[in-house]
Amino acid sequence: MSTAIDHKVSGDVVPVLELDQVGKSYGNVHALRGVNISVKPGEVTCVLGDNGAGKSTLIKIIAGLHQHTEGVVRMDGEAINFSSPREAQSKGIATVYQDLALAPLMSVWRNFFLGNEMKKGFSLDIPQMKRIAGEELQKMGIVIPDLDRPVGALSGGQRQCIAIARAIYFGARVVILDEPTAALGVKQSGVVLKYVTKMRDSGLGVIFITHNPHHAYLVGNHFVILKLGRLVLDAHRDEISLDQLTAEMAGGQELAELSHELRGSEPAGSEDAAAADAVQEEIDHSLFRPDAADGK
Amino acid sequence: MSTPAATAGDDRVRTRSATATFFGMPAVGALIGAIALAVLFMAVAPAFRSVDNIGTILYSSSTIGIMAVFVALLMIGGEFDLSTGVAVTTAGLAAAHSAWWFNFNVWVGVLISLLLALAIGAFNGWLLHITKLPSFLVTLGTYFVFWGANLAVTRIVTGGVSSNAINDMAGFNSAHAVFASEFSIGPIDIKIPIVYWILLTLAVSFLLLRTKYGNWILASGGDSAAARAVGVPVVATKIALFMGTGFAAWLLGMHTLFEYNTLQSGTGPGYEFIYIIAAVIGGCLLTGGYGSIVGGSIGALIYGMAVLGINYAGWDVDWLRTFLGVMLIAAVLINMYVKRKADA
Repeated sequence: MSTAIDHKVSGDVVPVLELDQVGKSYGNVHALRGVNISVKPGEVTCVLGDNGAGKSTLIKIIAGLHQHTEGVVRMDGEAINFSSPREAQSKGIATVYQDLALAPLMSVWRNFFLGNEMKKGFSLDIPQMKRIAGEELQKMGIVIPDLDRPVGALSGGQRQCIAIARAIYFGARVVILDEPTAALGVKQSGVVLKYVTKMRDSGLGVIFITHNPHHAYLVGNHFVILKLGRLVLDAHRDEISLDQLTAEMAGGQELAELSHELRGSEPAGSEDAAAADAVQEEIDHSLFRPDAADGK
Repeated sequence: MSTPAATAGDDRVRTRSATATFFGMPAVGALIGAIALAVLFMAVAPAFRSVDNIGTILYSSSTIGIMAVFVALLMIGGEFDLSTGVAVTTAGLAAAHSAWWFNFNVWVGVLISLLLALAIGAFNGWLLHITKLPSFLVTLGTYFVFWGANLAVTRIVTGGVSSNAINDMAGFNSAHAVFASEFSIGPIDIKIPIVYWILLTLAVSFLLLRTKYGNWILASGGDSAAARAVGVPVVATKIALFMGTGFAAWLLGMHTLFEYNTLQSGTGPGYEFIYIIAAVIGGCLLTGGYGSIVGGSIGALIYGMAVLGINYAGWDVDWLRTFLGVMLIAAVLINMYVKRKADA
């Protein structure tokens, strides 16, 4: 297991956002401990981890919804501690949440400009806002002819694109994508991944949170894996292969054992019921009593 | 891969026809209801057809509409206020008692009342924020608090159940002119609350649809977590909305006080539901994030037409509440149907 904490310096690129030994505890629960991540412009940093690994806590700290209790978060080398999402946004950190932070009954253009409305005199500049929202969405390859439609009437991929387009348009320097592909089909995931690379190429620092190592490896420059609130892997793309990443993500040795056992349970033609039961029992045994399985 | 190939568009999302857009507006159900009701009463009640009675119908509507405008705005913001009916009386009594007790110019009482009404609204909003309880519970509490206080304080100040008359005090005439005057346009008598009602409907509708605060209100009601995530000050928005209903309570309280010189301390309870019914008939969802200010005012107009229409038709006014209940259920069903048609 490579736990190399020293980063492979890619050229002379200065990280735009840096987390140094960052931790967060809720009372006596340590949700996150000693996390080091550096996000460079023009790179995709993938944060992988299973459910409950601390990914959400990490996002909330960077996005300004929670404050970290240990370590230092630096932006452009300067220590920061956001007190609100608005403050994080004003520094150029945009977050595209899993639930997308779109109000379903509001129209596309209202959602696009929510919190950043354009004014003309006392009134909202609605034609201008509609025009820009339409153009920005078109750049991402989706055309919504009626921008007065409520967002709730659109597909998951379209909503994802609205949230991403909004983040880019409002001058983000760091974009956090919280499981953008989790709820999408294969094709729509592809579309979203394409925009991840597009954001990277335009010089944004992208933090891509996912539990899918295949999606991560398609676009990532740098990979970190969180497990139980700690960093267990921190590797640059040239240090790791997709197979290794998948293995690390799933817990290495544990996965190998599991796949071996599952392969054994596949009924091979005229396998009798007793043998299948025996395999099932073995799986139950090693899954629910891991220490006993290790002892063999 | 830097530029997406010619964007063909997504042919599954089509532009809606003009009719679908029209029927997609939240106030349409109320509008249809109001027209149907007007036709019904014109057919059965001759007095309803008389032009002279337009002023009476509008006045009756305005005493509900001024509050319904702000209740609709609050409901679009995702909250609920049960203390509005009682707050009207509280505001009126605050002005009457403070002016009479200290022998102030009545305008001082009017100002004290305004501050109190806004403070009640802010208190509701703040309590909601710190307790995280549903607004139904919080305002049910303040509703009973102020209902009791209205009765008890009036008993202490005057020894009875009505405030002392203030029509001989300094400033009464000018305050009467501002809050309770009337004028005529041809055969129609216009009482001043009608003017306030129409102006507020336009101003608040503009606020909701054409300013960033309106966007914040829609988002706070539609998905408050999403609104907060993009930097909308949700707590401040909701407190301001409750202060809006406080302001409306003050305006109505001042009208009632200067119209009748004196107030009964037990009035008010029951009206909060009529304001909410008006807002719901006007297309506001109980879950927030959707609705119309003009719709809320049309809901108030439906109430005004029902009150007088039943009267003019010679029916027993005891049926008024039954009638309102039927209207409410019918309006909700029409709104649901219309919304489904518009989304399809």
